[in-house]
Amino acid sequence: MGETTEAAPPPPPTALELLGLTVSTLPGVVGVKILLGELIVDADRDQIPALMTTLRDDPRFAFEQMMDVCGVDWPERADRFDVVYNLLSVSLNHRIRVIVTTDDTKPVPSVHQIWPVATWWEREAWDLFGIVFSGQPDLRRILTDYGFEGHPLRKDFPLTGYVELRYDEDRKSVVYEPVKLTQDFRSFDFLSPWEAMTTLPGDEKVFTERRSAGQKG
Amino acid sequence: MSETAIQEPAGPVKKTVEIESHSINFGPQHPAAHGVLRLILELDGEVVERADPHIGLLHRGTEKLIEYKTYMQAVPYFDRLDYVSPMCEEHGFALAVEKLLGITVPDRGQWIRVLFAEITRVLNHLLNLTTYALDVGAITPALWGFEEREKLMEFHEAASGARLHANYFRPGGVSKDLPAGLADKIAEWAETFPKFIEDLEGLLTNNRIWKQRTVDIGVMSAEMALAWGFSGPPLRASGVPWDLRRSQPYDKYAEVDFQVPVGRNGDCYDRYLIRLAEVKESVKIIKQALAKMKPGPVKVQDRKFSPPTRGEMKRSMEALIHHFKLYTEGYHVPAGSTYTAVESPKGEFGVYLVADGTNKPYRCKIRSTGFAFLQATDVMCKRHMLADVCAIVGSMDVVFGEIDR
Repeated sequence: MGETTEAAPPPPPTALELLGLTVSTLPGVVGVKILLGELIVDADRDQIPALMTTLRDDPRFAFEQMMDVCGVDWPERADRFDVVYNLLSVSLNHRIRVIVTTDDTKPVPSVHQIWPVATWWEREAWDLFGIVFSGQPDLRRILTDYGFEGHPLRKDFPLTGYVELRYDEDRKSVVYEPVKLTQDFRSFDFLSPWEAMTTLPGDEKVFTERRSAGQKG
Repeated sequence: MSETAIQEPAGPVKKTVEIESHSINFGPQHPAAHGVLRLILELDGEVVERADPHIGLLHRGTEKLIEYKTYMQAVPYFDRLDYVSPMCEEHGFALAVEKLLGITVPDRGQWIRVLFAEITRVLNHLLNLTTYALDVGAITPALWGFEEREKLMEFHEAASGARLHANYFRPGGVSKDLPAGLADKIAEWAETFPKFIEDLEGLLTNNRIWKQRTVDIGVMSAEMALAWGFSGPPLRASGVPWDLRRSQPYDKYAEVDFQVPVGRNGDCYDRYLIRLAEVKESVKIIKQALAKMKPGPVKVQDRKFSPPTRGEMKRSMEALIHHFKLYTEGYHVPAGSTYTAVESPKGEFGVYLVADGTNKPYRCKIRSTGFAFLQATDVMCKRHMLADVCAIVGSMDVVFGEIDR
């Protein structure tokens, strides 16, 4: 079984793998991997503008479009935020995902001069995560209320928020008050070892057994 | 500034400079604001100098809420994003979850999805074309179009039980098979509908007022449209032949035959023409989907992902357990991330889903189409008349449920 796979010639690299190899030679690229058929590039935060300009202008890549910029919060990490750029090339029909890491103080260089569409995505990442973009002249809040405090998509921000608002008939205006819940927020912990992919504390044995069974099969 | 400083010693000469500039609030309650768009317009007389859209008035924290729900509970939130094309939004999420789970939907399920994605496209374009016409002063198309929309809503209702918030496309397939007779009704509709489109074309396409209001208004060149993240009909109106159904086909789109209409000028009129042509193509796809659909399962038969039938539950203990576990704990999605995009009626609708191996998404970023369009309002409206703003906003097909999330 093992010998036959060794004897067989390796399959020719796909177009995506070739693209990955080419991208990995660019300055500022830290790591390249292909997962689920999608090309993912980890990059150095400070070299993002140069890297993005190359990705857009080099005919080998030709990523004319920036489809999305978003943040992901991993509070247990030192650099807690991922900033994820999803690019699309309409001429060569491929996509790439560039990921840089940052925390709540280190600024990420803005790419709005490469793709003007980035302005609002960056404003959104600032609004919802508190990720700072340097060189972005218009870093206003975008989705939350005027005068909102906090960054709601951070994992340590409660789902219910801190304030609620209502119209006050006496004061003839909208007033903000601390959130009062008449019933506790119901958060059920449904996680169980039932056919699950996670390992719960005390359940390591099932996991190791399943893994050894998988290796045999 | 410096000139006045030099002049000052010469004597107390006071000069009154009249600046005809003022800023107005367009919306959030303006009927042409398509919901809750607040547009701060800086005007020079009646000419727009700068447009600053304020969004977020309909922000409901969808992405945050999804992080606290199981994958199955997250589906209905997608109906409430773009409430004009609910099933296409569900489609994006369903495909993303399926990709992470590594499951493939059975053929019939894929055909039903194609069928309803196209019905939703017609539904969306009918609303856009008619209300867009309404925004620039033509009332008749809206009165006619909403009657046709009602028929399509009934198809939605027959299949899913709901007219708007369908919750029909689920990860793993669709929630249930089409009821008996629905396919025939849709086929019947597909025969009569082209006549309606011709009537609508007769009202608008060569209408003098309509053309005066839309031709050469809000022009986006292909380069600008790409840089501003356009997708869907507005991108194609600018002359970029790009349709995800064709270039990165999902479900059964690789097996249907349809044309991708492409415009040339990138103005409001071209965006109207593209949508009109797309509706006709959608009817073609609907007919093909109905013809190629074969009886069979509509969702994956793995009970770890899709619930058993009610009848099965009455007889089998195993089925009962699966049903209970699916609707309480839900299925676990292996750790990983994907950016999956579909060609929603408005353009590219993407879901960036990060799974951490539990039963809830770790992060679900929704790449809404209208967000990019609305950002370009400023460049599109610059030096246009105030009345053109309505035409431009109408031609971009923005829905705030999706933009504000």
